[in-house]
Amino acid sequence: MMNPSQVKRIRITTIVAIVLLLAVFIISVATGFASLTPAELFRTIIGQGTPRENLILFEFRLPRIFVAILAGMGLAVSGAILQSLTKNPLSDPGILGINAGAGLMVVVYIMFFTVETSSFLYVLPLFALAGGMITATIIYVMSYIKGEGVEPTRLVLVGVGLAAALYGATLTLSTRLDMEDYSFMANWMAGRIWGDDWTFVLSLLPWICVLIPITLMKSNVLNTLNLHENVSIGVGVNTGRERIVLIMMAVALASASVAVSGGIGFVGLMAPHIARSLVGPRHQAFLPVAALIGAILLLASDTIGRVILDPSGIPAGIIVTIIGAPYFMYLLAKK
Amino acid sequence: MFKTKTKLIKDNKVYSRPAVGSVILLFGFILLIASIGLAISVGAAKINFITVWNSILNYDPSREADRIIVSLRLPRELGAAIVGAAFAVSGAIMQGMTRNPLADPGLLGLNAGASLALACVFAFNTGANYFTVMMISFIGAGIGAGMVFGLGSMSRGGLSPIRITLAGAAVSALLSSLGEGIALYFKLSQDLAFWTAGGVSGTNWAQLKLIVPVVIVGILIAVMFSRQLTILSFGEEVAKGLGQRTLLTKVVLMTVVLILAGAAVSLVGAIAFVGLMVPHIVRFLVGTDYRWIIPCSAIFGSVLMVLADTFARTVNAPYETPVGAVVAMIGVPFFLYLARKGGRKLS
Repeated sequence: MMNPSQVKRIRITTIVAIVLLLAVFIISVATGFASLTPAELFRTIIGQGTPRENLILFEFRLPRIFVAILAGMGLAVSGAILQSLTKNPLSDPGILGINAGAGLMVVVYIMFFTVETSSFLYVLPLFALAGGMITATIIYVMSYIKGEGVEPTRLVLVGVGLAAALYGATLTLSTRLDMEDYSFMANWMAGRIWGDDWTFVLSLLPWICVLIPITLMKSNVLNTLNLHENVSIGVGVNTGRERIVLIMMAVALASASVAVSGGIGFVGLMAPHIARSLVGPRHQAFLPVAALIGAILLLASDTIGRVILDPSGIPAGIIVTIIGAPYFMYLLAKK
Repeated sequence: MFKTKTKLIKDNKVYSRPAVGSVILLFGFILLIASIGLAISVGAAKINFITVWNSILNYDPSREADRIIVSLRLPRELGAAIVGAAFAVSGAIMQGMTRNPLADPGLLGLNAGASLALACVFAFNTGANYFTVMMISFIGAGIGAGMVFGLGSMSRGGLSPIRITLAGAAVSALLSSLGEGIALYFKLSQDLAFWTAGGVSGTNWAQLKLIVPVVIVGILIAVMFSRQLTILSFGEEVAKGLGQRTLLTKVVLMTVVLILAGAAVSLVGAIAFVGLMVPHIVRFLVGTDYRWIIPCSAIFGSVLMVLADTFARTVNAPYETPVGAVVAMIGVPFFLYLARKGGRKLS
């Protein structure tokens, strides 16, 4: 089925992506307020760092880096699933409004619970998930027209509109918060990676570790669903059920990611596209590459934002949008 | 072209209802006065209608109510009214010109461009007076519109209404992210947040003195060109066939759109959906003749903004809810309805 040169290409691309991610990781540790040189980093990792170095690496940098990597992977895979299912190259959990729905539930959560790190934090992704699911359902119902089905461009348009409304609702609710919670929420919406504690890594990790392998296992289903509907039915895929399961997984990945990382769009748009152009459309090959690219994109954006404006940083979401929106326009003009 | 003008107009089913139009215009005007009156009287200090009336007619600075009304509430409501009219008329013109039912200065990148320009003004020239702010905001609106339509003309076969709306969303996302980035970098997010989310709350008489004439002139030009706009809304070929100098008309109308949107954004920040909703509602009431659509849109845009602002200010008093959020929540169902229709039909 695949010739050796293709296999080689996929292997090389994956390795390059991993190396690149490691490079961004080292740069991220080495730059900004309270940084570690690569030599110090190496020393600290093998357990011979000074208390200061340990503190910087294990308490300040690593949690945030892990959140960026995990969220980047989650968003990228979510975007890849959505693009394949809707057969629409413009799909992305941010553009479709799923992030905005999750955001609305995040503000609801903040109104009732505190944002301080506590055991409640593990509940936050569940709240975000509920928001994301409801939004996805509304979008699907709204863009379904009897006889025509769900036309991909209309789906995106409905998502864009719904995102605006949800954003408005979130903003309205956040004015009821006190100053501290409000500024938290404003930062969340701008896409600042706020989870910079190991608790956040732990609250995100299970989602990513469970859902991404399942998605990979479903690669063949995704391959066939990406073909014409009749073909999928012909090769024995229960399209209706698989579709719903996959959509739920995409929504869950996106919601869990943004609950911790803030409202970040365009990662889910760009990463799958870049991956597909590098290794081709087979999901077995391009999903892992997309996940790696998503992680690189988000970690790099967070690092850039941190370097430009030390120490508070420009939210990663803003940097990602500045890179991602032109990409979206390019896709729109090309098609 | 063998068809006569009247035949063409009949073919394109322009239906104008002058009688209905006049009634609507009059009714809208009364509604506007009433809503401004209502808006002034509600709030932290309740003031009854008669006091409002008296203090506007004979202002007495020694009375507290008069001071509240004349220095705080009246400019605010006038600001809301003028901004609503500006957004609604620019939306109406854009919908007519581009034959795109989803056109709106907020959705097609104009507002985001203007607010990016505002961020730049605050970042690089803190001493700018309001006139400069307004001029720069026009330029920003122009850049936003230029990007969206440039993107439209770049792609093969042009862009459908839906695609151009998506292009607008992407351009808006990009420009507002840049604006937000600049605001954070120069540590002026609070100033800017006040500017954009604060809505019309900070409006003062000095700003009004500049913006009111600009918007009124813009609307008057729009009314003067409304006949040409009606013809243009049949499509470019038809308009050319009828002997219209389409390029000139388009340039004039686009300039008016930029001026109106830029002026409105410089006062209130980027608010979408007013320019989308109002012309549709008005078209439903008075028909497809822009000689009626434009003035009626101005009036109803004002009413919508005044009411939305009053709601935003009272729903969660003493906190101000961003008026843009209120408008978005009303506007989006409308938008979704239009998107479902697929953006195929204009009228």
